[in-house]
Amino acid sequence: MPHKTFFAFILPSLIAMVLFIALPIVSVVVQSMHVEHGRILVSVENCQPFGGCTTETRVDTAAMAQLRAEQPMGQFNGFGTYLNRGHLAVNEIGAILANNTGLGDIVSRIYNLPFYKALSFTLVFCFVVTPLAMGLGFIIALGVNTIPKMLKGPVIFFSLLPMIITPLIGSLILYWMIQPNGIIGANLRVLFDDPTLSLRQSPVLTWLSLLFYGVWTNAPFSFVVFYAGLQTVPADTLESAMIDGASRWERIRYVVIPHLAPLATFVALVQLMDNFRVFEPIVGFSAEANATSLSWLIFNDLSGDALLFGSAGATSVITIIGVIILLTPVLIRTWREFNHKVV
Amino acid sequence: MKLLLKTTVSLGVLCLTAGAAFAECGIEGTGSVRILSNDFEALRLVNTTAAECAGGSVTVTSNATAEHKNIQVPALTINPAEYSVAVVANNSIVPLLNDDLIRPLDDLIAQYGQDLQPNQLIKIDGKTMAIAFMGNAQHLFYRKDILDQAGIAEPKTYEDILAAAEKIKADGLMQYPLAASDKPGWDLAAEFVNTYLGTGGEFFATGSAELDIDNANGLKTLETMKALTAYMDPDYLTFDANGIQAEYKAGNVAMMVQWGSLAGDMLNGEGAADGVVENTVLAAAPTVGGGSVPAVALWWDGFTIAKNISDEDAAASFQAMVHGISPDMVAANPTVATWLVAGYEPGPAAVGVIATANAGARAYPMQPYMGLLHTALSVELAEFMAGSESAEQALADVKAAYDTAAKEGGYL
Repeated sequence: MPHKTFFAFILPSLIAMVLFIALPIVSVVVQSMHVEHGRILVSVENCQPFGGCTTETRVDTAAMAQLRAEQPMGQFNGFGTYLNRGHLAVNEIGAILANNTGLGDIVSRIYNLPFYKALSFTLVFCFVVTPLAMGLGFIIALGVNTIPKMLKGPVIFFSLLPMIITPLIGSLILYWMIQPNGIIGANLRVLFDDPTLSLRQSPVLTWLSLLFYGVWTNAPFSFVVFYAGLQTVPADTLESAMIDGASRWERIRYVVIPHLAPLATFVALVQLMDNFRVFEPIVGFSAEANATSLSWLIFNDLSGDALLFGSAGATSVITIIGVIILLTPVLIRTWREFNHKVV
Repeated sequence: MKLLLKTTVSLGVLCLTAGAAFAECGIEGTGSVRILSNDFEALRLVNTTAAECAGGSVTVTSNATAEHKNIQVPALTINPAEYSVAVVANNSIVPLLNDDLIRPLDDLIAQYGQDLQPNQLIKIDGKTMAIAFMGNAQHLFYRKDILDQAGIAEPKTYEDILAAAEKIKADGLMQYPLAASDKPGWDLAAEFVNTYLGTGGEFFATGSAELDIDNANGLKTLETMKALTAYMDPDYLTFDANGIQAEYKAGNVAMMVQWGSLAGDMLNGEGAADGVVENTVLAAAPTVGGGSVPAVALWWDGFTIAKNISDEDAAASFQAMVHGISPDMVAANPTVATWLVAGYEPGPAAVGVIATANAGARAYPMQPYMGLLHTALSVELAEFMAGSESAEQALADVKAAYDTAAKEGGYL
């Protein structure tokens, strides 16, 4: 294809990518480097239905309007927001490293900082849920592939259900089920003979519930991709393996898995990216006390009485960088395979 | 004869005014009324009553949504504003004041506000910025039958409540006699603000945004909040106001500090277990640590008029809202809320709020940086409440989180 034709062909996509991906990212980066103007405060008298009048502080709106008109973005803060306690907490970590009573103390004090607390759960969720969901999806795909044709339709439909449900609704359903009077919660109490057992109470059980939810909701995607892949496994190779006396396990190990490896890379790529943005189950499970994620931090900055756009911007940029770091090994692998094939 | 004449005249006047009220509630001129409010029964009622003013050249639309706080600032910043009326409370008026998005109402009150009471006017710096129409506060709900069985009188302080809970548990009447909306987020922070107000302390150093809760009052507040959890369902960190309402209705709870705005729902008793509603008593919120004021914040709900709209729309909006909160509407719906309107006769559901207000409870603070503190509390108290952190550490974390946010917000 001539370069000109190729360029004309991808131009609409390029424009869309600049408009909807590049520009918003630039805007977020710029936003993250700014903070609000210093507020000019005045004391005024404030009268309310109960309690009469008190002197309270107010923002001098006229003076602020002038400041904003001069510099609409606010004050330039550079990387200040990135380094403060809400994000990388450079000073706090320095203080912890300089003065501590041992490794346990360092870990628990760093974990107490909001960003590192959120990052810990985000990474654990990524690296536990992704392989388990892929494994479970692969097993379901193998199972569905062997059942009679008549049953396949309904089984596939039911296997895909967790993916079809909106994540927030899905997490709420599971959350209701694990309540002490829900079907799972009540049965667990009987099973462990412990009337005070509560999945929502302890941090460990909350994490386990969230991870379980993650695997449950992610497995269908792996399943459907692997199932499609299974249809392309060359039948003659399988047959010759059978003639050579390979068991079912050996056929899977030496024929199916190598054949599906490129697909697995693709699934891992998508799911790592997805899981790094974990958010809905934390809200659905009301798990904020025990588990937060980077996305939840952004949500927290952008809701409530006080909106912190700079802080949300900084967390967003850090999330983008995190996704890039996570994907780099997979991308390098794909690139090498691609080059290998070309040569 | 003279009496008869008087009666006839006044009856005639009454008919005339009533007639005028029905005919588009007498709004002169044209205008578009667009109301943004929170979403609960009392506010929906105000919105629908204001909508009676629609007709002729006046249009009335309303949007009642729990997301109103997130919408209001951007919606009122554009010109003309998306909404002409924003229904607010102590805390949600602050962002509107900070950005200068609402207009002073004194001229409109002079022209159309004859029915309003002086205590409905929220005056800031001498100018009326909002018209309050209902009050709200958390207060004590308790089960008289359970307390009687344990031989305990009505608790007046948190210390009484703890002693009562211990007795009820020891007598085997209930396993978890207490409940509180301790869910991390807005609810948990509100519990802290409530209790702290009861200690008599101030949140900030006078006249500045410097946080001042890292003291004996702050420790007492946390200590009380934690002590209560010993008598709560182990899942207390996941209960919000609706959650504890359900637990109480199910008959699992003997005492809780709950919103006055949910008292109507409680007395109405839908879905409640036998014996819960008839034994429920509403009382003033408890005091704490020997303090004299109830350990809760008083709230008001009121309406404001947007700045970025035409004067015609502002006049029409003001009149429609005054109609929405009219004494007639209140007389027809006395149980829905604790109204701050002329002629309101408090019903049984308002007893607790009024007792709390009369006992001298303090208003929820309106400083421009209070929202930042509320957010910091909502995130940083969870670990302490879960028992994995000391009270001192929790207060230090709140201070650190608040300072970070206040620096970014330009207050420090």
